[in-house]
Amino acid sequence: MKKLLPLAALIVFVIVIQKMTGWTDTRFYLTQLTMAAYYALLIVGLCVVMGYAGQISLGHAGFFAIGGYVSAALTTINLIAYQDRVVIRMLDGFGLLVAGQDIYGDAILVVAPWAACIAAVVCAGTTAWVLGIPVLKLKGHYLAMATLGFGIIIYRIVLASAVFGEADGISEVPPLPLLPGLTVSGDFGMREENYYIAWGMLIIGMILLRNLIDSRVGRALRSIHGSEEAAESTGVNTARFKLKVFVLSAVFAAVAGVFLTHYNGGIGPSEASVMKSVRYVAIVAVGGMAHLWGALIMGIVLNFLSLRGVFGSYDDAVFGFILIVIMLFAPNGILSLNWRGYFLGLFRRSGQTEETGRAIDGTP
Amino acid sequence: MSVELFVQYLFAGITYGAIYAIVAIGFNIIYNTTGIINFAQGEFVMLGGMISISLLPFMPLYAAIALAVLMTMLFGALLEICFIRWLESPGVLRMIIITIGLSILTREAALHLWGESIRSLPYFIGDEITTVAILGARISPQVLWVIAVCGLMVLFLSVFFQATSVGREMKACAANRRAAILCGINTRNMVTLSFMLSAGIGALAGCVMSPITSSGYDIGTGLAIKGFTVAILGGLGNSMAAVGAGLLLGILEAFSISVVPLAFKDAIAITILLLILFVRPHGLFGSSTAAGLKEF
Amino acid sequence: MKHRSVLFVIAVLVLSLAIIPAASAETIKIGAILAVTGPASFLGGPEARTLEMLVEQTNAAGGINGQKVELIIKDSGANPEKAISFAKQLIEEEKVVVVLGPSTSGETMKIKKIFEEAGTPLVSCAAAEVIVNPVAQYVFKTPQKDSYAAQKIFETMKTLGISKIAVLAGNTGFGKAGKEQLIKLAPEMGITVVEAEVYDAKSTDLSAVVAKIKANKDVQAVVNWSIVPAQAIVAKNMRQAGWDVPLFQSHGFGNIKYVEAAGAAAEGIIFPAGRLLVAEQLPTGHPQKALLMEYIAAYESKYKEAASTFGGHAYDAYIVAKAAIEKAGTDKAKIRDEIEKIKNLPGTGGIFSFTADDHNGLDIDSFEMITVKDGQFVPYKGM
Repeated sequence: MKKLLPLAALIVFVIVIQKMTGWTDTRFYLTQLTMAAYYALLIVGLCVVMGYAGQISLGHAGFFAIGGYVSAALTTINLIAYQDRVVIRMLDGFGLLVAGQDIYGDAILVVAPWAACIAAVVCAGTTAWVLGIPVLKLKGHYLAMATLGFGIIIYRIVLASAVFGEADGISEVPPLPLLPGLTVSGDFGMREENYYIAWGMLIIGMILLRNLIDSRVGRALRSIHGSEEAAESTGVNTARFKLKVFVLSAVFAAVAGVFLTHYNGGIGPSEASVMKSVRYVAIVAVGGMAHLWGALIMGIVLNFLSLRGVFGSYDDAVFGFILIVIMLFAPNGILSLNWRGYFLGLFRRSGQTEETGRAIDGTP
Repeated sequence: MSVELFVQYLFAGITYGAIYAIVAIGFNIIYNTTGIINFAQGEFVMLGGMISISLLPFMPLYAAIALAVLMTMLFGALLEICFIRWLESPGVLRMIIITIGLSILTREAALHLWGESIRSLPYFIGDEITTVAILGARISPQVLWVIAVCGLMVLFLSVFFQATSVGREMKACAANRRAAILCGINTRNMVTLSFMLSAGIGALAGCVMSPITSSGYDIGTGLAIKGFTVAILGGLGNSMAAVGAGLLLGILEAFSISVVPLAFKDAIAITILLLILFVRPHGLFGSSTAAGLKEF
Repeated sequence: MKHRSVLFVIAVLVLSLAIIPAASAETIKIGAILAVTGPASFLGGPEARTLEMLVEQTNAAGGINGQKVELIIKDSGANPEKAISFAKQLIEEEKVVVVLGPSTSGETMKIKKIFEEAGTPLVSCAAAEVIVNPVAQYVFKTPQKDSYAAQKIFETMKTLGISKIAVLAGNTGFGKAGKEQLIKLAPEMGITVVEAEVYDAKSTDLSAVVAKIKANKDVQAVVNWSIVPAQAIVAKNMRQAGWDVPLFQSHGFGNIKYVEAAGAAAEGIIFPAGRLLVAEQLPTGHPQKALLMEYIAAYESKYKEAASTFGGHAYDAYIVAKAAIEKAGTDKAKIRDEIEKIKNLPGTGGIFSFTADDHNGLDIDSFEMITVKDGQFVPYKGM
């Protein structure tokens, strides 16, 4: 029951915020809250890799970009010139293609968004799996280098390939219909439903991750973070768990990439840049390495503020500053500080029982 | 491929390689005494170039360079004293994140201090179009400067670590920190010294390369990534291996463009690196037993 | 502890919701999305400074139609996702009447649809021709078209008897669009592109790629189409390699800092650009002369740095918007209509005459061929 409480609080919070923006006529905040939710989805996935499996990944923007770019490319490349080819006919026969008109009235034939979305996520998951087998054998700085290298390769590929639009990226990506009446799209009129889609995805993601952490796998994960040798000696196959978690987090990143790309109607190479990966790692660190909720909260707050441009030209500088201060004075994340005492003082409640969250805190 | 073209590629490769090697050595010096990777290493190179350019109107070229190197060394020492010295056995991840943060802050400070425009030091000999012919290829004398200065720095460092007592004390810290403390070496000061040393060589490299590559507030990140790559490729902590790996990567990059489009250069170089890393997880020249002794 | 963490977020978000900017009815709000920091800061920096200066001037002179102008600059750092967020923010929240920028083509293409949907005019400072071709109702741009620059270069090449060229381009939206135009237009002009390479915007040495194209003996001239600082390196590496074929640059070379960066190697570079760079040498009575001299003097005395054509694009975007607002007031649809009606408006990039089909408003004469002599820009008069 206690485990469900924070999730229930989150759901209430999501609804309250939406209602509040409605009452105060400030619905525009939902735009950035929607975008921030997708970034947070990636961040909670990365949090499990870093905090629970103890593996650093400086290349998670790469998975986000694979998701976003593959889906964007498939739904925008016009196949009309090849419509007589056998492959294209076969795809069409399976109902994977949609015909239509672009905004200039020319006929287009593209891959259906739902098919493109699945292809993108599968693509990112497979890449993570193939990459994860050798990479996760590395340790420490070598692991950091390998994941950083992966991120750079993806960045270079999208920046140099004509199919991915080189420096301009891909624009005019169509909306992604999920269910009848539920479409991922940045249209002003669909703001509320997209807010709920994004936060719905995030909540589902959180439920999945919580279950993972509390499962047998999860206990094994915690043991990896503690001591790999000890875990191995008790018969836990750490390599398999690490790989599983790595692939899962890549899938989270890819899903976030796909949805945000369809929401924004485009994607650019900056989404694949090293700075983005560094940012994600840093947000996880600031939230507290093994704090799923900390990562979630910091992911939402920092992305929300950054996307609203509150830091102006000092965006990176403020970010670097927060990073250093947190890492120097609160290496276990902002939530490991004595908020508990603070809030207790604030609400003057007594008889509070300690929760389990503390137990999974760990120094990297 | 004609001899001329071959020599031209070779020199281009050695120029990149020498610069990568210097940054990688900077990584290694700090890694050896502290066990951490200082991602702000690239910013030292940027600072060397930018400070010397700002000083140039007030003094002769070589004085400006010398002062810039000293100031950067001071900056390196300050970074260590303010942000690293007082931490109790920090973890790898925490240190990676702190140094990345320092790198971001330094870069942003440079942006607001010097603006976004690029500048460069004048050529030490001649100007932009002066060239010397070697085996039919033509290169700028500045390229020879870069190669010579980087070569001298490597020489200086190997003498320093082998023949001077301070150098040997630093090496002792690298080999076994606790034993070094027991021998009465002040390891904390050695760490500060290692930051100064690596800031100094970074800054000097930043000055000699400035006429060729130009200096701007944002050159640090790219160099840090390349330097880190080279340090890993050579095997962390091994400075001589870093020289070999740096030259290898530089030459590989220069020759790669004769077969693949330039736009894919970095992607190819890093793919090869990853493959090497998978086959030899402790770098080209590193041995797994030695690496096993180090704490990661 | 966990639900209290959630309370913590609520606290933070409620706080930020509380900071709603107070709207004042008296001012005209103009938004700008510029890459003041990040990889395109060499564009966004001068653009932002120019806009700040112009708005200050306008307000000192009493504003537009007696109303003060309020400029809201958003720094996107050349990230499209931020540009998208800021575009929505400026339109809905700040309720601006027009948005100037963004600095790069990639960002502009991603927010084009938002402006169409919201019916807000966007005057882009990015160069790529796809921004206005095909025409979108509410999207305009001020930098000259790439195709005109390519044509100008090819025309000059013909007078020099050049028919086989190598193309180098930076890996930015500007370089990409230019490379496409060059390759598309070359056959029509009887010119063959025998080598084409793209280099990284952050390159520090390009001697290897220069050696590669130099090895192709057919190359009679090199076109380097780029807007990043690295373009100066191409010039240096070519001359250092002892290669003296003519070097053509694009209008992205229009910043004296690039000439300084290339030093002696910049001598003899030929490129098309707006007349801002040669304002002093223009004949008196040229419609752009007075305006250019005034802009350069004001900018250089205020910011202690040379004015560039990049800042000029923002200048043009601002005067186009201002001219339309003077006629239309603060009705966004009317402003759009008035921009289309602008005729013979002198700006830094040329004389603007918009129509329903031409949302750039400049013709090929807005370009002048310019060369570098003794470290200065001078009009190119043939060899």
